[in-house]
Amino acid sequence: MTDTPLVSVLHVSRHYGQLQAVQDVSFSLQKGEVLGFLGPNGAGKSTTMQIITGNLAPSAGRVHIAGQDLLEQPKAAKAEIGYLPEQPPLYRELTVDEYLRFCARLNRIRRDKVAAAVKRAKSRCGLEAVGRRLIGNLSKGYQQRVGIAQAIIHSPAVVVLDEPTVGLDPIQIREIRDLIRDLGAEHGVILSTHILPEVQMTCSRVQIINQGRLVFSDSIENLDRRMDTTTLLVAFDAPPPVAALEAIDGVERAEDLGAGRFRLRHAAGASPAPRLAEAAVSGGWGLRELTPEHKTLEQIFIDITSSEHAVEDAA
Amino acid sequence: MIGTLALRELRSLFLSPLAWSVLAVVQFILAYLFLAHVQDFIQIQPQLALIDNAPGATQLIVAPLYGSAGFIFMMVVPLMTMRLISEERRNRSIALLFSAPVSMTEIILGKYLGVAAFFLLLTGLITLMPLSLLSAGTLDMGHFAAIVLGTLLLVASFAALGLYLSSLTVQPTVAAVSSFGALLLLWIIDWAGDKVSNPEASGLLTYLSLLRHFEALARGVFSTADVAYYLLFITVFLVLGIRRLDADRLQH
Repeated sequence: MTDTPLVSVLHVSRHYGQLQAVQDVSFSLQKGEVLGFLGPNGAGKSTTMQIITGNLAPSAGRVHIAGQDLLEQPKAAKAEIGYLPEQPPLYRELTVDEYLRFCARLNRIRRDKVAAAVKRAKSRCGLEAVGRRLIGNLSKGYQQRVGIAQAIIHSPAVVVLDEPTVGLDPIQIREIRDLIRDLGAEHGVILSTHILPEVQMTCSRVQIINQGRLVFSDSIENLDRRMDTTTLLVAFDAPPPVAALEAIDGVERAEDLGAGRFRLRHAAGASPAPRLAEAAVSGGWGLRELTPEHKTLEQIFIDITSSEHAVEDAA
Repeated sequence: MIGTLALRELRSLFLSPLAWSVLAVVQFILAYLFLAHVQDFIQIQPQLALIDNAPGATQLIVAPLYGSAGFIFMMVVPLMTMRLISEERRNRSIALLFSAPVSMTEIILGKYLGVAAFFLLLTGLITLMPLSLLSAGTLDMGHFAAIVLGTLLLVASFAALGLYLSSLTVQPTVAAVSSFGALLLLWIIDWAGDKVSNPEASGLLTYLSLLRHFEALARGVFSTADVAYYLLFITVFLVLGIRRLDADRLQH
């Protein structure tokens, strides 16, 4: 059982009429992983999530949840999923307690276990104080938490969260991120978001989807390595010629940015900074600035999604 | 599971002012009609005493009362069923049901039983009025039971149709208008049936009418054909509703 992935998505496609929303997407999720799902608007994130949670049937392909086929044994598979859609599925006329009790029963929690499950979900999401209030009267942040409580109430193997921190204040966002990391310890979590730092802070693996295709999938460590600097930004009071900079051992290419500033490219993990400083001192160039340029997730994201565009345009 | 869904539905109905106002308005109008029928009955009672085999209170008070109730239900049921599925779609709360380990059949049956329980309650409240006549006289209990059964079947059919039409749209008002239109058409379809010269076509249109089958029960004639008609009607629209929800996920 430990070897079966919690979620395995095999060659899933879905189209809406002419529009191909998701094409041949395959991935899997292991226990203890928090998978970040990134993509520009309309890339197919929400469609993929809806397919995993059984809200949409794929046009082709298979989805297995904890070893159960979602299409053939929907009840057994769905019992292992907790899903928070983009818009939390709340009944505004119910109180938080009533709503969570209903969700617990809906997920086939035994009648005598319901109270305990509701209590646990409320304490995990910080809802103890609002149990008797109407959901419709709660603030957006609390409604979002009720949505998360609903998704974890039956301790599912997989928790799928579609943009869980939208509309929250910074403190709530931090709490929700902590909660997601907690969840990741005992459940598998799939998290879709636009917010890139959120992925870096909470996820153990990242997947980028663009125009319905998975274009990137890697662990966060590899991603960090990928984000390692390969460029230095330097500025001189008495700028030397470009050729002099390129002559320094380790500098692959120098780019003149004007006003005595240069961008130097070098191989990953072999920064020429010490040699550059020596050369600057001995050459009297007047080194004023020396900063490694960090590549952010944002840049990687833009690189990947826009290079994909370029490929499409060329084709 | 169906019970959980039905209870939730019923609870939400009573948390909105709509259910309470429907109960109050329907009860008020029917109480007024009931008193009017009782008044009429008391006025003609001396003449009735002279006739052999005269119609009793059941025919003169109870039957017309439930006839009016059926007509009022036709207008009220679409209001109660319009939100069942369309509003869940609109609020996107339907995702909660779709991702929970419940089948489409359970969702539809749960919602149907929830709203049916409401109409059972409404019919029960109306039934208290004729029952009050027992303190002053007697009723033909067999006839009375047939009338109540007919009313329950009638309103259950209305609710099944309303639930199906609610599953077709995201706009509750569209669901209400189309349910009302469909019910009204099925109510009066036998009018046209009377005027069609072809006897077979005429028979078919008359057979389709919701009203005709109710009238037989209201006269105290219990026929399995009428009961089967309503049960078939309910089943057809519930199955259509289940198929419609299934189609939501599937590829079109």
